[in-house]
Amino acid sequence: MEERKSLHDPVLEVEDLGVQFILENETINAVNDISFKLRKGHTLGFVGETGAGKTTTALALLRLVPHPGKVESKKIEVCGHEVTAMTSSQLEKYRGNDVAMIFQDPMTSLNPVFTVGQQIADSIMLHQNVTSAEAKARAEQMLELVGISANRAGEYPHQFSGGMKQRVVIAIALACNPEVLIADEPTTALDVTIQAQVLNLMKKLRDDRRMSMIMITHSLGIVADICDEVAVMYAGRIVETGTLVEVFNHTKHPYTEGLFNSLPNILNRSAKLKPIPGLMPDPSNLPVGCSFAPRCKYAGPDCTCAQPKAHWFSDTHMVACAAYQREGFAIDRPEKK
Amino acid sequence: MSNMILEVKDLKKHFKTSRGMLHAVDGVSFSIEKGKTIGIVGESGCGKTTLGRTILRLVEPTSGEIMLEGKNITKLSRGEMKKIRKDLQIIFQDPFSSLDPRNTISQTLTEVIKVNRIRSGKQEIKNRVLELMETVGLSERLMNTYPHELDGGRRQRIGIARALAMEPKLIVCDEPVSALDVSIQAQILNLLQGLQENLKLSYVFITHDLAVVNHFANEIAVMYLGQIVEKAPTEELFNNPLHPYTQALLSAIPIPEVLEKRPQILLKGEITSPINPKDECRFANRCLHDYRECRQHNPILREVSPNHFVACFKV
Amino acid sequence: MSYRNETLQSQITGSKDIPIPKRYVRQTQTRIVLHNLSKNKGAMVGLFIIMVIVFIAIFADVLLDYETDVVGINISQRLLRPSWKHPCGTDDLGRDIFYRILYGARFSVSVGVVATTIGLGIGVIFGAIAGYYCGLAEDIIMRVNDIVSAVPSILMGIVIVSALGATTFNLMLAIGITSIPQFVRITRASVLSVRNQEYIEALYASGMSEPRIIAFHVLPNCLSPIIVQATLRIASAIIAASSLSFLGLGVPVPAPEWGSMLSMGRQYVRSASYLTIFPGLAILITVLSFNLLGDGLRDALDPKLKK
Repeated sequence: MEERKSLHDPVLEVEDLGVQFILENETINAVNDISFKLRKGHTLGFVGETGAGKTTTALALLRLVPHPGKVESKKIEVCGHEVTAMTSSQLEKYRGNDVAMIFQDPMTSLNPVFTVGQQIADSIMLHQNVTSAEAKARAEQMLELVGISANRAGEYPHQFSGGMKQRVVIAIALACNPEVLIADEPTTALDVTIQAQVLNLMKKLRDDRRMSMIMITHSLGIVADICDEVAVMYAGRIVETGTLVEVFNHTKHPYTEGLFNSLPNILNRSAKLKPIPGLMPDPSNLPVGCSFAPRCKYAGPDCTCAQPKAHWFSDTHMVACAAYQREGFAIDRPEKK
Repeated sequence: MSNMILEVKDLKKHFKTSRGMLHAVDGVSFSIEKGKTIGIVGESGCGKTTLGRTILRLVEPTSGEIMLEGKNITKLSRGEMKKIRKDLQIIFQDPFSSLDPRNTISQTLTEVIKVNRIRSGKQEIKNRVLELMETVGLSERLMNTYPHELDGGRRQRIGIARALAMEPKLIVCDEPVSALDVSIQAQILNLLQGLQENLKLSYVFITHDLAVVNHFANEIAVMYLGQIVEKAPTEELFNNPLHPYTQALLSAIPIPEVLEKRPQILLKGEITSPINPKDECRFANRCLHDYRECRQHNPILREVSPNHFVACFKV
Repeated sequence: MSYRNETLQSQITGSKDIPIPKRYVRQTQTRIVLHNLSKNKGAMVGLFIIMVIVFIAIFADVLLDYETDVVGINISQRLLRPSWKHPCGTDDLGRDIFYRILYGARFSVSVGVVATTIGLGIGVIFGAIAGYYCGLAEDIIMRVNDIVSAVPSILMGIVIVSALGATTFNLMLAIGITSIPQFVRITRASVLSVRNQEYIEALYASGMSEPRIIAFHVLPNCLSPIIVQATLRIASAIIAASSLSFLGLGVPVPAPEWGSMLSMGRQYVRSASYLTIFPGLAILITVLSFNLLGDGLRDALDPKLKK
């Protein structure tokens, strides 16, 4: 927004965010007490499997959680403004302008009956005081920026391939120069080589505009490529968070370790895959204590009696694991460098 | 060679569309030894899924030959093919849509066993169903559950059990783990590997994820627009990729490690259309090289070093 | 080759046995559908009324004596207004209207159900063939279907009944034939979408023959729209039967079919309107109930509304 934030100031601050879906015979605890900060110019990666609550968290930041979801938080602040206190007109200004979001499936993110140029221009006209001719010109600029020739502005979404559609979606998201971009698995539906192109594009645009980004993904490889900070989610909670180097090279949480072990890594062919046994718990029926304990090989009685407290290894590196209260506990995964 | 379980020779599958002839599979040849795995790798539109179904004759080939244990099965009648189907099975990508939602696990497996007369007698069949469930790691208690009550990993295990029920020799795995979560993927991959070791199964493993085949394919064939562009033993392919597409594919795989900047080969443009392809290298449009000869003829797959085949003029 | 290999087991499944939550047991689709349906008040009301009507239809013969109560002429009692003794009054031949309506339920229900069954039985088979095999078979079936559906149902009914005679069975046949096209269309559409599902391909790969696949796997998964259509069709069949009887082409007089009762009451609409109101109400309530149930079923079976 108006004030120029200096680097390292948090543009997004979330404290104790919780989202529940209250149904007729059960309550689904999708997100439980999440707190994190996003600093200007940084990219925070949310990693986790299906059902971990990553998408729900992102939707909560934009107050887009569908009914019957209930959002509770101590604080959701974006650029200094509390999101939960916003009126609908303030929300409209906020969404798309300060915080933009791109979704996973480019096929359904675009309206099939409008041209791509129109859809980008609509976004611009919604937030900025410009004439439609100016909006059209800016839309064409945005298309060029994402690598699509400007004379395709009059074409419809079905005339584009998956990768190009996702670029259009990025163009729409960035048209109003948002402070924060939330990307929810933007490349999952794309082929590997197209994914590389799109990620490269996102990195370039982010660096050019000094944009802050939240990247939601299940791929640790993508996180390593594009993120500075990582938050690992499991069953609606953040189990480990820190800088990229801290989480990857000095992994502390058993779940994070399990994720690394279950990944086929092309640099390390011979290592046998070690999957994490069992399944993520049902969010309507979470176990008492640590949600990961039933699958954890280091679990002990101290893990199942209460929610593990946060354990800080540095200013930025946090782990929620009760085992670290024990003397000399360490996981098997070796530290690097 | 009696050691070959499957030999595919110049297999083609063309579809007639309103815009022209779609060359989905255009002259694919490979062979697998008993107990080994060949990985077929490619992105969307390369024809790998069609190839998988054509090998099983779920889709009839336009031309070419399929030899199962030395026997030509390409032109067999429906009735004869039914007998062969026991040896040649398939596991599908989507664990949800590949199971009849109205049948429990037990009903699904029982029907397969009964229809193919693999066992007879109610108790015998039930024992076999329990055996299969145990082999793939499904608890006995799940016998009477429906697919929609189970998660993706368990559903995929049912699919594997169904394929195993026929006691096959070769299984075509069509992206069996792509729709699953990361930690479940590893469970299923280990299961498939274990089954191969114990039951001496051979696999045609179709996937878009090179990292996945890395672990247990003996040989990998990279497909692009209906043709194999490179084929080599796994380690050789990863250490010495020769075709520009393979190189780009390898460099595009996200690696879960904090690394210094790695040299990325970014392809330009998008995949071209498989309809009425011209007689030129189909990858030329996106290739960083693109010499004159690339536009004049379609390169043939030839052996450039022992067992390493490439279809490229540059090499 | 033994499948019972302990070492293999623990390797591949991982050592921990995951507890299965209670919810896993017995969540059949039928149960889910019935649960959803029970939440729809309109559908429940409709279902209740239908059960009452069916009960009456089945036991009317036992509760009432046909000769005396239903068709027995009693001129001295003609055109009496509704009273405690005759809740719906008496008609121009002195017959109690209430009893006639109760008995008339037999005709309405039976014609509705049988006609719909004929339409369903024939329509589903042809629709399934058209949907599964496509090609020439599909073209022929669908074009014939279009011809049949182009004929207005009343006209079709008139033609058939005139040609074959006005008996109850011919009425059922006539209405049944006009019901066929809808079933063909709906079945074909359903079959087309189901047959493209991967599990059909998987079954074929497992060595199953196509007729078996159609009968045991394709059709059972197409049931939902067919059931909804059948329920709604019963409603239209009842109206069609009443219309044809109203025109004098349906169930022969003196049978107390609601439509023919309406027809006979026409001349007394001003003076003794109860002669038409009550049979009309009977038709209204019956048809409405089937429609409510049909709509409720459609919502309950809609996969998007499932949890």
